[in-house]
Amino acid sequence: MSDAKNHSGLSRRMFMTGTVSAAAAAPLLAKSTEAAEPSPARSAEPRELSAVSMRINRQAYNLALDNRTSLLDALRDHIGLTGTKKGCDHGQCGACTVLVDGKRVLSCLTFAVMAQGREITTIEGLASKDGGLHPMQQAFIDHDAFQCGYCTPGQIMSAIGCVNEGHAGSQDSIREYMSGNLCRCAAYPNIVDAIVQARDETRKV
Amino acid sequence: MRPFTYERPKNVPAALALASKFAAKDDPPTEADAQFIAGGTNLADYMKLGVARPERLLDLNGLSEASLRQIKITDKSIRFGALVRMGEAADREEIRSGCPVIAQSLQLAASGQLRNMASLGGNVLQRTRCEYFRETSWPCNKRKPGSGCSAMNGFNRQHAVLGTSDACIATYHGDFAQALIALDATVEIEGRRGRRTLAFAKLHQLPGKTPNIETNLAADEIITAIEVPLGPWSSRSRYLKIRDRESYAFALASAAVALDMDGDTVREARIALGGVATVPWRAGAAEDVLKGKVLDEATANRAAEAAFADARPLAFNGFKIELGKSTLTRALLETRDMKS
Repeated sequence: MSDAKNHSGLSRRMFMTGTVSAAAAAPLLAKSTEAAEPSPARSAEPRELSAVSMRINRQAYNLALDNRTSLLDALRDHIGLTGTKKGCDHGQCGACTVLVDGKRVLSCLTFAVMAQGREITTIEGLASKDGGLHPMQQAFIDHDAFQCGYCTPGQIMSAIGCVNEGHAGSQDSIREYMSGNLCRCAAYPNIVDAIVQARDETRKV
Repeated sequence: MRPFTYERPKNVPAALALASKFAAKDDPPTEADAQFIAGGTNLADYMKLGVARPERLLDLNGLSEASLRQIKITDKSIRFGALVRMGEAADREEIRSGCPVIAQSLQLAASGQLRNMASLGGNVLQRTRCEYFRETSWPCNKRKPGSGCSAMNGFNRQHAVLGTSDACIATYHGDFAQALIALDATVEIEGRRGRRTLAFAKLHQLPGKTPNIETNLAADEIITAIEVPLGPWSSRSRYLKIRDRESYAFALASAAVALDMDGDTVREARIALGGVATVPWRAGAAEDVLKGKVLDEATANRAAEAAFADARPLAFNGFKIELGKSTLTRALLETRDMKS
């Protein structure tokens, strides 16, 4: 089952990547991203594109972006990483949650230029190179913690942040600290169970 | 969204220089061509909606001054650098135990993601969520001075009952600000003309006839720190927030309470109310009722009556008066019963 899932996800992602400009999508192994303090993004004219470099899922990217581009749109439309979802696009639903320098944030309310030099982790960056799922991904499958799946990438990224922050101590705490992720299918009880399982597994490691 | 230039100044003086270069002298910060951004949770949202229309964004996250990111706790005060994130401040154990009202006001606000993003300096400056302010097709005196107030005769269930004017009834939704105003916090502000310290109670302005002017800040000034004095009231303090749902919602009514008690008698009470007023709201009349009295349900009720004596209800928000009173009464009694 997980094989089929990976295959269909991969091919759709590749299709999406193929539809965006190759220049923007091509990851460059740029040395600028290795520098501790990359030169700050700036633009003299409002409509001039800004050069933005960031690391996404351990890979360096150099992008030329309109300043208005959200990190969410940069990930989805410019890089082709469509795992991160756009729900409300106004910071109310949590579907766009990613990790920036290890902390969960909303990519829809983050201007991509402000992510200059940061390390971004999306749902695509969780599995190991051999395809092994992150314990949180596996826990969501084990507990059937979704129906339609649209909120799931955001739920999983937020859940990882929640555990890392030390806010997954009890089911009540998980409910409170996961309240920024809405699930219209109401899979909440199973999501809580999944987080409890992944929390305990990651503690064992 | 209106196109904008983006700059990331390296320190506070550089940020101020850019702001004063591009902001007209009398612009309120929210209407200036050059505006500061930190967490962006409020501003980015309002830029998407076309409510905020800066021509230049000045990103404060590159500022090199270390004190902007530090929390300094002594016996006398807690000093928050303005770029400290809400979540970081809410999680500090010394604050949770030493001044719970501060930690609770932060922890009960927004969501885990938003608290990781939002800076404390930006949090206190958050703009109202009035639906008519957010949607640019409606007349709104705050967004477009002189155009009228659509909420006054509209669906005003979430609107304010205290501090309103004929021009504006938009609620100030912040929680942290209620703890700050109750505890007599101060804000440190840096501008091109130097540094000034302002009582937090003087930072926000009542809407009056100019609801578009929300604060006492100039467009080329930056909040650099917020300082909260500590005292015998700090550990016996609490933030009670009542919402339409249990989590991740703005307050319908809330109360920040800190009590200095001598046995059953109140030496000094500090009270602020959220969700019901147009600005962070100190309930001085309620504090006066309690001073020197034994705090029981009857005195708590009298204090709550005093707090809402001047409330002005509209068609759909009258329930906030009763809810606000109950919220304050409960917060007072629960705070009384805390171990100090």
